[in-house]
Amino acid sequence: MPDWLSPEEGRALALSLRVSLWAVLASLPLGIFVAYALARWDFRGKQLLNGLVHLPLILPPVVTGYLLLLTFGKRGAVGQFLDQWFGITFAFHWTGAALAAAVMAFPLMVRAIRLAVEAVDPRLEQAAGTLGAPPLQVFATVTLPLILPGILAGAILAFAKAMGEFGATITFVSNIPGQTQTLPSAIYTFLQVPGGEPQALRLVLIAIAVAMTALLLSEWASRAVARRIAGR
Amino acid sequence: MTLSVHLQHHFPGLNLDMAFEAPQGVTALFGRSGSGKTTLAHAIAGLFHPDQARITLSGRLLTDTKAHLNLPPHQRRLGLVFQDGRLFPHLTVAQNLTYGQRFAQGSAPRPGLDAIARLLDITPLLARRPAGLSGGERQRVAIGRALLSGPQMLILDEPLSALDQARKHDILPYLERLRDESHLPMLYISHALDEVARLANTLILVDQGQIRAAGPLETLLADPDLAPALGLRQAGAVVTARITAHHADGLTEALLPGAGPILLPRLAAPIGASVRLRIAAQDVILSRDRPEGLSALNILPTTVTRLRRGDGPGGMVQLQLGESLILCRLTARSAAALTLEPGMPCFAILKSLSVSA
Repeated sequence: MPDWLSPEEGRALALSLRVSLWAVLASLPLGIFVAYALARWDFRGKQLLNGLVHLPLILPPVVTGYLLLLTFGKRGAVGQFLDQWFGITFAFHWTGAALAAAVMAFPLMVRAIRLAVEAVDPRLEQAAGTLGAPPLQVFATVTLPLILPGILAGAILAFAKAMGEFGATITFVSNIPGQTQTLPSAIYTFLQVPGGEPQALRLVLIAIAVAMTALLLSEWASRAVARRIAGR
Repeated sequence: MTLSVHLQHHFPGLNLDMAFEAPQGVTALFGRSGSGKTTLAHAIAGLFHPDQARITLSGRLLTDTKAHLNLPPHQRRLGLVFQDGRLFPHLTVAQNLTYGQRFAQGSAPRPGLDAIARLLDITPLLARRPAGLSGGERQRVAIGRALLSGPQMLILDEPLSALDQARKHDILPYLERLRDESHLPMLYISHALDEVARLANTLILVDQGQIRAAGPLETLLADPDLAPALGLRQAGAVVTARITAHHADGLTEALLPGAGPILLPRLAAPIGASVRLRIAAQDVILSRDRPEGLSALNILPTTVTRLRRGDGPGGMVQLQLGESLILCRLTARSAAALTLEPGMPCFAILKSLSVSA
């Protein structure tokens, strides 16, 4: 860690990056699947699924965090099951922070990917089918490459959202330095103690830098991919 | 290799009820836009599920609604060329062409990329992307892509309709080459009679979801009763002739079997080649006696075989010209003045310039 960052600040930054990265990577396959299903399939309960995906966007984050605590906490039905059978713990653990970030970022990710899927001409997929490609191959060779810019945009948007997630995280896994104290939680903590403002400000600047980098990266990446697809 | 189709489907305002067989060679489905041709193509390819259908390709069952059988498109092994090409924008031309190869099963020898690229003249385009291609180039790539997927039959759904007249005439020779060199059965869907007349062996005339007529192209195009359905201005027979000479004045001479020589504007085909000639019904003039001092170069002895009185002032006469049948469009007044009736010999007069290949 550079010396201008205190160990505490450094831990918060590293944890935030780890939490956000895991949140995005682990939820991406599900995000692509859900986006594709919402864009292309007609099935019973489609509106229910759509509502469920978007719920974290409209609920107060505290409510989402509390619901996560009820389900995935030490006494929660799912939490208990995962703990006993797979040894996966979410409660008061960095994985819990990643789960909270993933849930909160999921609607943004799905929206971006869904838009990309809807922009793919289904007649291209039909054409691939008539050329002998089974449905999974059609998805892998036609749909997936064409929605790559959308996936990138969705992933980076979700990453930025995960970096900034505060309410659900602090409700679900609390604010334990080095374990669940992410960047926003650390800023909040510094602001609570007298004389902590300079530290808070440094973290604010870091948060801005990370967010801007992510944004520029996504712009560049989606433009590069779009160029490749358009064949120019 | 025979495609056999029985299909029924109800759309609001259109009842599809068609049954036909497409033998070896090129079968053209001809009809106006909105007559159900594209729906039919999509049903054969498995992209559309009709109310009732039974579709087989050389005995292989593709669709049988009674048995609840509907093979998905990727198991049908039918190459479908769409109106709009539908090339994959993220792949190069070469990758587009070979897309279907990896899914093609079976050990039957298949044409290679090089051979197809040469046949369609797209070798210089291989490294390019579809976005940079012209409409005609795109359709050629789409045809090549369908061919390379190793299909048992090629279905072309109005492949030229999105192109302007000049591009159309660029692509037609490739389709003729394909017909003559690949021996792949083709179902050619079109509403342009000139394309159909050049390419097809069998013609199926579709009208408002029903089949009006089906049979060998030459027979149907020379049927005076079908002329109104084909379009009176476009009506005309197709005859096959063998090229015998290219003259220095720019004319080509061909031999009509059983009828003698016919002169037409210079063709690129070599001497001895068999060519299809189109003789438009409205370009033919009839005379009872052999006329003298006429500028028209082709004066051919024929026999009247059938007469058809139209609803308006016009009519159609079918003439036996050697071994072929041709049509002549004329007014009812002329027919009466000549006292035409079946079995009567007369001369068909044809300007060289109105005969086309």
